[in-house]
Amino acid sequence: MDLLKVDSVSKSFGSHKALDNVSVAVPQGKVYGLLGPNGAGKTTLIRIINHITAPDSGLVTFDGHPLTQQDVAHIGYLPEERGLYKKMKVGEQALFFARLKGLSRSEATRELKKWFERFEISSWWNRKVEELSKGMAQKVQFIVTVLHRPKLLIFDEPFSGFDPINANLLRDEILRLKDEGATVIFSTHNMSSVEEICDNITLINAGHNILTGNVDDIRRRYTSGRYSLVFDGDARALADKLTPMLAGCTAAEMPYGRHRLDITVTDGTTLRDVIAVANDAVQLTAVNEAMASMNDIFISTVKAYDAQNQ
Amino acid sequence: MSSKIGIIIRREFMERVTKKSFIITTLLMPVIMLALMIVPTLIALFSEGDDRTVLVVDDSGIIARNLEAAGPVSFAETDIPLDSALNIDSVDAVLYIPADIADGQKPLRLYTNSASSMNLESAITSQVDDIIESHRLEKYDIADLGKIIEAVHSDVSLQSFRNDREEGERESSTFLSYMLGIVLTMLLYMCLLLYGQMVMTSIIEEKNNRVLEIVVSSVKPTQLMLGKICGIGLVAVTQILIWGVLIASMSAFLLPALLPSEMTAEIAALNSGAADVSTLNTDIELLQAVSIMGNVGYIIQLFALLLAFLVGGFMLYAAIYAAIGSAVDNIQDAGQLQSIVIFPIIIGIIFGMTAASDPTSALSVWTSIIPFTSPMVMMARIPFGIPAWEIAVSLVVLYLSFFLMVWIAAKIYRVGIFMYGKKPTVKELIRWVRYK
Repeated sequence: MDLLKVDSVSKSFGSHKALDNVSVAVPQGKVYGLLGPNGAGKTTLIRIINHITAPDSGLVTFDGHPLTQQDVAHIGYLPEERGLYKKMKVGEQALFFARLKGLSRSEATRELKKWFERFEISSWWNRKVEELSKGMAQKVQFIVTVLHRPKLLIFDEPFSGFDPINANLLRDEILRLKDEGATVIFSTHNMSSVEEICDNITLINAGHNILTGNVDDIRRRYTSGRYSLVFDGDARALADKLTPMLAGCTAAEMPYGRHRLDITVTDGTTLRDVIAVANDAVQLTAVNEAMASMNDIFISTVKAYDAQNQ
Repeated sequence: MSSKIGIIIRREFMERVTKKSFIITTLLMPVIMLALMIVPTLIALFSEGDDRTVLVVDDSGIIARNLEAAGPVSFAETDIPLDSALNIDSVDAVLYIPADIADGQKPLRLYTNSASSMNLESAITSQVDDIIESHRLEKYDIADLGKIIEAVHSDVSLQSFRNDREEGERESSTFLSYMLGIVLTMLLYMCLLLYGQMVMTSIIEEKNNRVLEIVVSSVKPTQLMLGKICGIGLVAVTQILIWGVLIASMSAFLLPALLPSEMTAEIAALNSGAADVSTLNTDIELLQAVSIMGNVGYIIQLFALLLAFLVGGFMLYAAIYAAIGSAVDNIQDAGQLQSIVIFPIIIGIIFGMTAASDPTSALSVWTSIIPFTSPMVMMARIPFGIPAWEIAVSLVVLYLSFFLMVWIAAKIYRVGIFMYGKKPTVKELIRWVRYK
């Protein structure tokens, strides 16, 4: 079941079309990656989901009904550009945001104490925000985002500004929240973290949805026909013999005097054919299917789209 | 939904009223204002001025012997001619009286060794006038002239009342009304400017450090804007209320305690109409002013109206300030756009000053109805006692226009807060109003 459905949504600012007929379906209990180059329209889409701005056309459905202002109480949003009131004390400020999300004062205090202990920041309660470092402030912002146990969590570049230890802590918390049943929308430019934690993705470019699907499916689709061969022997000779069945080929040196060829085969060629040729020419030591990285997919898809629409 | 605005109002309000600077200015302001009023009086009272000696060269022979020392100025007659008198440095001035001064043809001449002063000059001319007048009268040779003049002499004073058919006769003091008008107008002007700008800077700050992005994920931008305006407005109201209470209690308790008992008695006599003006020791204007200041009900009424116009005027201007604040990234960029709002406020204070001098002119009446100038002009007019319906009309127009302005500002705000980078023009702001 989909917790959130964005159905043919368009939004313009003056003559600039920020979103053009974009549809996204976020399944319940999954981590959904929202990708795209800078200025693609991700933030506009997130603002529409957050009921901050209204779409010009199209429909947003949340939990089975059209999205209303009341639903923001069930959404937690950590924006990419985020700040806190500098002059306010940490605890007081966290309470303020929690109460804006509809928690009562006592409930909010109880939950906050719990989170502050988990993040080991209880001693900050009475400190002013201006005394905190950027990373510290971001921990507070994260707590404020998840405190009211939202059904839908939206994280925009959550790891920027964190050291590797805290980034790990944060990733574990996000995955824990997912396991507890929350649905997560995750917007980032860090493609390796997409491979790591996203179940599905949507790639937006210039206001259009240009790629949607399950991460593994997409990677497999982009992977078909790509292999890497590791062997002892003459790399040039092998490459020459394989040429008729290859669409692309790069060579690399490996340890112990071995060589590697990363190849893309032509349609109709099977791995079996390749191995048959290779066995005659060299001593094979390893054959792998080369998984396309999300990074490659991102770049090739966006470039192909831009080339087509110029 | 409305409780969210409540939470925001609470935050905006608490953040400001718990600041030390707010507490200090709120408590010190009345003291400072009181000091500003009292200190010049005290200085005038205790400073006698420097003693001045004027050497008099009298060619007419009738003036010098009749000149009497007036306050710090003393006169010394001399026989030496003017030329040599002018060489004496030990005196402050030399007064030369021509021989035919009584004919009124030639002026007196005053040669001063130091700066002259209004006091000195008026002390001389008024005395010389009196001496010449009595010299001329003596020529008519009328018996008992001195007594006749004494009996004829008049020194009238004026006690003014406001003729109001509904509320009966009410004491009024034009002088006090003028002062009150000026003070109230200035107060309102300061509040509108200070608190209006506070709304703007606070919005710019929120936008600048991106806390806004987090807040608007919980509340609608319009709610945030309204909450902020109301919260800061509430701070202004609190300040005025505290001042009102302080001044009203001063008028109720402090003033009677401080006044000399004879003055209190005189005020009582004046108010009952039993006072004999010729026996009063104190200037009647001052008595009336003190009497009005001691009228607690009147003070409370003034402050209630001040609050009503403060709220209306503040909401109107704060809305514009909010729209401007939302559209720019930093305070420097706000400069030009700010003139849209500072200009009418300054016009308002100018018309307010004019209205304090002439509260019933057509200009004053109209500018006290037009919403942008009305708060300040009306506060200048109110102490003079103007018809209630005029105040009502002015308030209704003001409140209607602030609702309209808040509505427009909300439309600009909701677009503006997400616009970074380019500094918008007024034209663009107007276009944003039409965005869906």
